[in-house]
Amino acid sequence: MASIVVSQRQLVLPGELLAEGPKVRAGENTYRVGDKIYSSRIGLVNVVKNTVSVIALRGSCYLPNVGDTVIGMVVDVGLNGWLVDIKAPYNAFLPLSEVSDKPINPKRDALPKVLDVGDLVLAKVIAFDRTRSPLLTIKDKGLGKLQGGHLVEISPTKVPRLIGKKGSMINMIKRETGCRITVGQNGLILVSCKRRGLESLVEVAIKKIEEEAHTTGLTDRIMEFLRRNQRRAGGGDVVEPSRG
Amino acid sequence: MSITPSTPAVSKIRRKQILSMVGEGKRVDGRSLLEYRNLEIEVGSIEKAEGSAFVKLGKTKVLVGVKIEEGTPYEDTPNEGVLMVNAELVPLASPVFEPGPPDENAIELARVVDRGIRESKAIDLGKLCIEPGKRVFIVFVDIYVLDHDGNLIDASGIASLAALANAKVPQVPDFEYTWEDAPKLPLREYPIPTTFAKLGDAIIADPCLEEEQVMSARLTVTTTSKGDVCAMQKGGVGTFSVEDVLSIVSLARERGEETREKVLEAVGVG
Amino acid sequence: MSRAEDKKVIRLISEDGLRVDGRRPDELRPIKLEVGVLEKADGSAYVEYGRTKIMAAVFGPREIHPRHLAISEKAVIRCRYHMAPFSTEQRKSPAPSRREIELSKVIREALEPAVFTEYYPRTSIDIFIEVLQSDGGTRCAGITAASLALADAGIPMKDLVASVAVGKVDGVVVADLCDVEDKYGEADMPVALMPKFGEITLLQMDGNLSQSEFEQALQLAVESCQTIYGKQREALLNRFVQVEV
Repeated sequence: MASIVVSQRQLVLPGELLAEGPKVRAGENTYRVGDKIYSSRIGLVNVVKNTVSVIALRGSCYLPNVGDTVIGMVVDVGLNGWLVDIKAPYNAFLPLSEVSDKPINPKRDALPKVLDVGDLVLAKVIAFDRTRSPLLTIKDKGLGKLQGGHLVEISPTKVPRLIGKKGSMINMIKRETGCRITVGQNGLILVSCKRRGLESLVEVAIKKIEEEAHTTGLTDRIMEFLRRNQRRAGGGDVVEPSRG
Repeated sequence: MSITPSTPAVSKIRRKQILSMVGEGKRVDGRSLLEYRNLEIEVGSIEKAEGSAFVKLGKTKVLVGVKIEEGTPYEDTPNEGVLMVNAELVPLASPVFEPGPPDENAIELARVVDRGIRESKAIDLGKLCIEPGKRVFIVFVDIYVLDHDGNLIDASGIASLAALANAKVPQVPDFEYTWEDAPKLPLREYPIPTTFAKLGDAIIADPCLEEEQVMSARLTVTTTSKGDVCAMQKGGVGTFSVEDVLSIVSLARERGEETREKVLEAVGVG
Repeated sequence: MSRAEDKKVIRLISEDGLRVDGRRPDELRPIKLEVGVLEKADGSAYVEYGRTKIMAAVFGPREIHPRHLAISEKAVIRCRYHMAPFSTEQRKSPAPSRREIELSKVIREALEPAVFTEYYPRTSIDIFIEVLQSDGGTRCAGITAASLALADAGIPMKDLVASVAVGKVDGVVVADLCDVEDKYGEADMPVALMPKFGEITLLQMDGNLSQSEFEQALQLAVESCQTIYGKQREALLNRFVQVEV
């Protein structure tokens, strides 16, 4: 620990020295030159045990990881599957075999009836090695075509902040509002609430988290914001709180 | 728009081999790190041009033709002749050269050669005025790359200079030669470009094509007969340290002097 | 000869050693750097070096079209340096000139060493630099701006790239040439640097410098880039500090 030269949650820039010495491990968004570890992106320092990493604050691009749950839009129907835009630099492929356990026969079944261009799906990334397109499945429980709700888009780099440590942030929002919130790792979020108008309140809260991801005490501020506005609006229009 | 070129087709083993050889102070064609390839200069082979030169730098071959024609001066220099340098990477020089308008590589090549000649004030453009503000001589330097085996900048720069030294200013109505060795194009400086490449941590002189495909960056330094620097250009996506640059500049001065003597000898000056 | 006479008319260094705009030889023009100035771009920056005004935007990493331009093991960088028609004394045709094509190339090569392109194979990172007003040093201000826009886009980078032109006017080595100094001076040498590692990513020169003048100019360029680097860091940090309640 003594060789880490920055403090926890410090704002750092590309090229900034984070640590020196062989004992520290270089985590995400950092790189090593000899004995020294530098940041490669704008972000907040995160030290866990002897690993120093940077939580990126900027970046619009989602890089798929195997196991990620993502929300994507069908952009093309092919002969043996669907092309899905998951906000990555690569379109993902959802093959016929990963849609349902019951076999689909493209000769008999019309694929656009199963999934058509413009449909949103909640899917899991099952393969991606950066040389081929990411491969998706919607066979697992809870995955599949999305039927409705309120879509919110944020920068994928802010998704970890929206979820919070062990889900603290997202669970708090769900608890406070009673809404169902599905978070795609790629920054697309689907909100569905029983009470009308509550969706826009949740959207404002999510955007606020995106905007202020680098600040401290955010979970408390968001909770306070949700409570105040639900009281005030009674589920009606959302009023953006004035700062200070 | 400039786009990262795709990596040239050099196998990983060959790349490693070239780099490790350079690390040991050796090169693929048997040269030492700072050794130049054999330089041959032949002038005047294109009779229809006012001046020409054919240069072989190892296996790299460049032909430069100089045409001198009447034209109008630039507004801000009404009493001076005009210099125009253009480069064509003709398709017969390399399987990767395509016909068409000059790409960024051809344009960079022409502009680097142009800067050396222009900034050293090699041509006495003031003597090329026929009628102030109306008629001047335009000196067209056309670089024709015929065989690309690396270091096109040096080959083209040397060939352009030799072709200019070989050129004669044509006789036109109302024009009288006002300089001593007329009708030869009035030159007062001989700028020589010298290019070095960085491979791994090593600096090499006069890279051949295979070395260019493996290099991280190159630096061209054009020097004058006084030993001053008159143009520089870094290329490639690698970097140089301040120490690299300082040592390249002094190497370029030494090498430039030797090359200049060869050019002067070939064109029969001095 | 006519050039030399011109120079006597236009004195670039006054008797008390100051430049046409009153600067000391090693003094930079007032520099203004702003990050995140455009809404739609993934990263953006606005830069002023005196009256030189530059807007830079970065998009990506994104899918590349046409596909055959993609490189299987890294992202390609596409870079366009372009001058607005109204940026110069006389209107500049919006069609790309040979100068702009060359500068787009050397600017790309000046920025590429700083980017970890290998993280995003088969994608492209697009850099657009628009010169809104030109008063010397546009390629350097463009590199400084583009480097900020890249960082702002969250593109992984080894370091920022800072850039400035140095040169010689009336026999004096000076930093950050303005247009008049570039036009009537004796040498212009644009330099870009990754300051953390002292790596030179752009080096061009035209004019005339002796060996010792060159050494002096290079030293001045490195120091000036360090100064600009400090301002770049400040501008990036400001983008986030301002949001904090």
